Amino acid sequence: MSITVKNIHKTFGHFTALNNVSLDFPSGELVALLGPSGCGKTTLLRIIAGLETPDSGSIILDDIDTSKTPIRERSVGFVFQHYALFKHMTVFDNVAFGLQVKPRSSRPSKDEISDKVHKLLSLVQLDWLHDRFPAQLSGGQRQRIALARALAVEPKVLLLDEPFGALDAKVRKELRRWLRKLHDELHITSIFVTHDQEEALEVADRIVLMNQGNIEQIGSPDEVYDHPATPFVYGFLGNVNLFHGRVDGEGIQIGNDKLSHQQSQSISQGASVIAFARPHELNIEIINELANDHARGISATIDRILSIGPNAKIELSASSLPGDKNSRQFYEVELPRAEVIRRRLAEGQLVRIVASKLRVFEQPQQAH
Amino acid sequence: MFTNNKNSIFPGFGLSLGYTLVYLSIIVLVPLSAVVLKTTSLSLPSFIAAVTTPRVLASFQLSFGMALLAGLINLFFGLLLAWALVRYTFFGKNVVDALIDLPFALPTAVTGIALAALYSKNGWIGKQLEPLGINIAFTPWGILVALIFIGLPFVVRTVQPILEEIELELEEAAASLGASRWQSFTKVVLPILLPALLTGFALAFARAVGEYGSVIFIAGNIPMVSEITPLIIITKLEQYDYAGATAIALVMLIISLLLLLAINGLQAWSAKQTGRTRQ
Repeated sequence: MSITVKNIHKTFGHFTALNNVSLDFPSGELVALLGPSGCGKTTLLRIIAGLETPDSGSIILDDIDTSKTPIRERSVGFVFQHYALFKHMTVFDNVAFGLQVKPRSSRPSKDEISDKVHKLLSLVQLDWLHDRFPAQLSGGQRQRIALARALAVEPKVLLLDEPFGALDAKVRKELRRWLRKLHDELHITSIFVTHDQEEALEVADRIVLMNQGNIEQIGSPDEVYDHPATPFVYGFLGNVNLFHGRVDGEGIQIGNDKLSHQQSQSISQGASVIAFARPHELNIEIINELANDHARGISATIDRILSIGPNAKIELSASSLPGDKNSRQFYEVELPRAEVIRRRLAEGQLVRIVASKLRVFEQPQQAH
Repeated sequence: MFTNNKNSIFPGFGLSLGYTLVYLSIIVLVPLSAVVLKTTSLSLPSFIAAVTTPRVLASFQLSFGMALLAGLINLFFGLLLAWALVRYTFFGKNVVDALIDLPFALPTAVTGIALAALYSKNGWIGKQLEPLGINIAFTPWGILVALIFIGLPFVVRTVQPILEEIELELEEAAASLGASRWQSFTKVVLPILLPALLTGFALAFARAVGEYGSVIFIAGNIPMVSEITPLIIITKLEQYDYAGATAIALVMLIISLLLLLAINGLQAWSAKQTGRTRQ
């Protein structure tokens, strides 16, 4: 079932949680709503579910405007961050709840309910726990039970609010993969909210990036990671190096140094810009003592070299204002470990940072 | 239960258990055993005769019957009050919250006199009920009114904190699964409140059984009709029939103990049903 969100506006007091948001969720996709806390992603999810009412705008489920439909009639499955399992019921009764509360006329028989519950519990691989109480389960198990419970009523849409937020890293990773697999089996339109970019990139078909009640970018994980549309997305997704400077000829003037950049021409000369580069898009050049050329890269000192795995992470710092030791700018460069050894890079060494790829955004106001 | 596990992380097992037993003995067991002791001065036939006179039996029926009824009424309205105080914000909520405790603070005699004045034939409320043929003061119903009054805080105060802690998410989850409001109340909220409700009920009931001060002013104290057991005990004491008084007190004690044990049993049973027992 497709979901359309149309001009949703929601404020809490003076705080604008959602600023005229419009979105389309095609049928059968697994979409991540990604953003920092307070960006409105959970509010949007709760509005789609019917747990919250928008100030204006409408929610359309399969061409039917459900803005006025109470949640119990929307047939959406909702999974909460803290599971919200009924503690006084066994696992079986929790999953059966949605079937038990159906009006007598449409309620399945006892045997049918039992069949269905056991089938769902097998689907989440926890049938052996059916007579336990939630307090006796681990966090990961609880969340899987919560998912089985939501699926029991055969919802047309599955909404998950930070489903793995309360779990530890290892279980989270396991459940992520498991959720992806489950979605591939069931193909139920699903939206999940997360502030964990890795989670969104790994699990979702599409990512909706939100910030301060607005949508910043929508796209596949590849798209949003490789071609971030806004400075916010660049900064939010993945590790990134940030440069503040001014456009100057074929490069960007940063303090006394200059980073060369071919596409800067589209931005007017002298405009203040921010530039982004991922750690692997930067390279390190050893300073040639004879040619002290400021036009080639940013001079910086290697603070630390972390060699774990095939790549080495090199942390560098440079004073952004010449002569001012307190205002240091930090950078991160990723190089193959073999390169680090070949070039004999060492901590404390003065080097130059150059960029193989640089994404430049014009800044309306200089904020330094 | 009595094992002192050296590996237990809780310190002071011996000290706290010893203190508990001594304290309980001095405060509760010694006075109560005096009741038993004094009663043993009666022979069994005269004991049975003392506690089975029609007047005493009628008073047992009245005392326990009205206490149970008052407990049940307080159970329902106490839950309602707690619900309103926790779930809604309204003007004067703090004042209402403070008023709940007033029956605890008021001397029971004051309560009794105030209620008697209100519900008597020329009192504010009694005046309205008189034309309808309803008499409250100086009838068994007066006792009920007094017992409801003094038992009011118990259920409210035991349920309130539990209700405050119920996550709204549980009801949201129930709604998303298609439950109506009534269903999510009866199937989700009520089972969570049940232990607190039972505790509140037990407390309100126990308090009502032993209540004396407020009841005697409004009950009229007509033998066989509106004479409560504590009053009979007092009357016997005034007639220097100490053994007779303690005999009735003993029976009252046993019935109360049995009823409270039954409520505890109910608690344990519901705990088992809802996974609150620790394995």
